[in-house]
Amino acid sequence: MENFTPLASALGGILIGISASILMYLNGRIAGISGIISGAFRSSSTFEKLWRLAFLAGLIGGGYIYNLFFPISIVPRESITTAILIIGGITIGIGTSMGSGCTSGHGICGVSRFSLRSILATATFLISGIITVYLVKIILE
Amino acid sequence: MLKIISALIAGLLFGIGLALSGMVNPNKVINFLDITGNWDPSLMFVLGGAVITTTIAFRFIFTKEKPLFDNDFHLPTLLKVDAKLLIGSTLFGAGWGLIGYCPGPAVASLSFNLEKSSIVVISIVAGILLHEILKRPSKQ
Repeated sequence: MENFTPLASALGGILIGISASILMYLNGRIAGISGIISGAFRSSSTFEKLWRLAFLAGLIGGGYIYNLFFPISIVPRESITTAILIIGGITIGIGTSMGSGCTSGHGICGVSRFSLRSILATATFLISGIITVYLVKIILE
Repeated sequence: MLKIISALIAGLLFGIGLALSGMVNPNKVINFLDITGNWDPSLMFVLGGAVITTTIAFRFIFTKEKPLFDNDFHLPTLLKVDAKLLIGSTLFGAGWGLIGYCPGPAVASLSFNLEKSSIVVISIVAGILLHEILKRPSKQ
């Protein structure tokens, strides 16, 4: 239980929730990042692309601003090579596209709307993530 | 224009929230999923904080006829639980557990963790486009 940060994490979560609420209240859109990334590439109209690109630019800007005030240092894991990052990223891309969402769209927005699909999707990716971390540990140790 | 500015502001808040919450750190994500080892339950507080906030806000928002800057709420029309949902979510969870990134944090950490997160973001985009290409023939 080292590095346990309940307060910062809860506050961060509340900010994420406020962001998702703003996007729904003002624009009527779900703050699902995988869907927004996908739509930024695949939407047919320029406007549909633009608001998604603006959201993604904000996402990058938010990380940038936070890091200016509170520098983030991440200790890289040697076991996670570039090849593994690519395999993981492609798997995430295929999975979120096939499953219509990720942690934000299903886990936050969908669960908050009591969507059965999102509740099941969230339970599924959490269990799958837990099993994967467990299997990686067994293989590496 | 208003819709683009509101999307930008929502994105900014989302990015700050992800950074503050610790989700941009893949080690923290992996430790959260490592329930049999060095478990760090912090990310439960992220999900909890976000879900509680949106559940309360959505209750209020959905009493409105329409969003402030749009004519409709754009909600998913698909309500059926199918194999694609479960297989897709299983794959997503596997990738998430393998590298500790999910799409939001990968994008949000581009400015301070460029090398790794750009590889992840490009691979995620490649995966999305690959799935789009693969699913096309079966639809026709």
